Amino acid sequence: MSAPSLPIDCPTEVGPPATGGAIVFEDVHLAFGDNQLLRGVSFRLPLGETKAIFGVAGSGKSTLLKLALGLFPPDSGRITVLGNEVTQLSEQELFPLRSRLGMVFQESALFDSLTVRENVAYRLTEEHGIYDDEIDRRVRETLRFVELEHTLDLFPSELSGGMRRRVAIARAIITEPECLLYDSPTGGLDPVTSNTIVELIMKQRDVYRTSSLLVTHRLQDAFTMATHEFDIKTNQLRALPRGQYCDAPMSFLILRDGKVTFDGDIRALAHTKDEYIREYIS
Amino acid sequence: MELLSPTEFAKEKVIAVQEYTLLATQSVANLFRKPLYFADMVQQADLIGVGSLPIVVLTGFFTGGVLALQTANTLQRFGSITLIGQLVSTSMVRELGPVLTGLMVAGRNSSGMASELGSMVVTEQIDAMRALGTDPMKKLVTPRVTATVFMLFFLSIISDLVGLAGGLMVAKLFLSLDARQYWSNAWQVLVFQDVFMGLLKPALFGFIIATIGCFYGITARGGTQGVGRATTQAVVAASVLILVTDFFVTKLLISVLSYR
Repeated sequence: MSAPSLPIDCPTEVGPPATGGAIVFEDVHLAFGDNQLLRGVSFRLPLGETKAIFGVAGSGKSTLLKLALGLFPPDSGRITVLGNEVTQLSEQELFPLRSRLGMVFQESALFDSLTVRENVAYRLTEEHGIYDDEIDRRVRETLRFVELEHTLDLFPSELSGGMRRRVAIARAIITEPECLLYDSPTGGLDPVTSNTIVELIMKQRDVYRTSSLLVTHRLQDAFTMATHEFDIKTNQLRALPRGQYCDAPMSFLILRDGKVTFDGDIRALAHTKDEYIREYIS
Repeated sequence: MELLSPTEFAKEKVIAVQEYTLLATQSVANLFRKPLYFADMVQQADLIGVGSLPIVVLTGFFTGGVLALQTANTLQRFGSITLIGQLVSTSMVRELGPVLTGLMVAGRNSSGMASELGSMVVTEQIDAMRALGTDPMKKLVTPRVTATVFMLFFLSIISDLVGLAGGLMVAKLFLSLDARQYWSNAWQVLVFQDVFMGLLKPALFGFIIATIGCFYGITARGGTQGVGRATTQAVVAASVLILVTDFFVTKLLISVLSYR
């Protein structure tokens, strides 16, 4: 895999650290049996930023997202999401918090007995009190956002892999969540479909300023996101001038042996001296 | 298959019983917490109740018929062939109606619930549901438990009725008995305790069928093979538990109700 060259020439001063953050992990440990998966993972996702998480298979990337959602608790450490300490909340208390988040699962995890319309409308129908007309309007609008309005009455099994991921994105964003979690949204897809999904993620980042964690194996996707912005007027990606790469609300996190071995922006990534990271991004 | 030490095996079983107890308790407690998924309950009632009607009718009818056939010979020896209506009636209402209906519905619906929920677990749909802010216990388990308890109650009544009709067919066609005499014997022999026992059991069996099916589904692991295993285990566990519960409930009711 080859990443685009990174001629970074933006200012090197690091700004003051933002307080709070959409998601904060503090010294999180997790083991499955004898396998110590996370050994003191700490990082912060500032509001409005997208953080791409890298690491070899089995390094615990997807687990980070599930921990952030509170789908299972860590062995120790603290996880704060949108100001709520997930590690202190009960399952019942987590449901209202989860409704403020959006998650796109690796294999889409669409409800296979529901149509695309019902899948995308799921959160709205669960909220109760929203009229059918309003639900229909918002479903169509969201499916138009992911360019799949024509699939309303199809079942997930009738869609291609890329279409399923886009429906999963539509389901996640229909309630305009404050934070989005993407688990390998482009994994196993052809380059054209991958680019479409990257555009959608960037559209969400740049148009709605949604904070997000993006687990991916594809460095080129993250580099595209760090060097481009979504132009709402042309409805296309626009390359940022070289000096403005650091303006993109995008950062990188690399996991290695259960620890965060890198957490920073594209400039820091390009200038790192760490041999493992240099090899990883080369 | 990996061999477990006796301690590990015992621990595993105790944890399974604990998890099942939690699931069963929550499935009832959720009835008193909002939101209540009434539409899902109706949908499940249709799938479980209406869907099981043909097998319950067929089972009940032929069980009543074969009961009359098998006992006719013995009754004839004692010159009591006219009591065949009483025998079919009490056997069906007290015992065979609820138990056979329970076993049939367990075979059809415990497996269905285990495979449906198990598939949702292995394809991350349950996690997706939790991530979307929905409690799967409320959305999936409670409607199934409520619908099964409710529908098994009525399915057992139908089974009793068609069982009596099966007995009547045998009495009339093969034993040349009077239909009116059969019905009046069958009706008059029933007392409150018979009916109470016959209606309490399906409620308990319905609860067992749904909670066992959902438990094996929700705890399914190991892909499609795991789902298949969960499905088989659900049917076996539900069927055995129905028969065991039937014995103890019968014994208890006989004692409590000063039953003859």
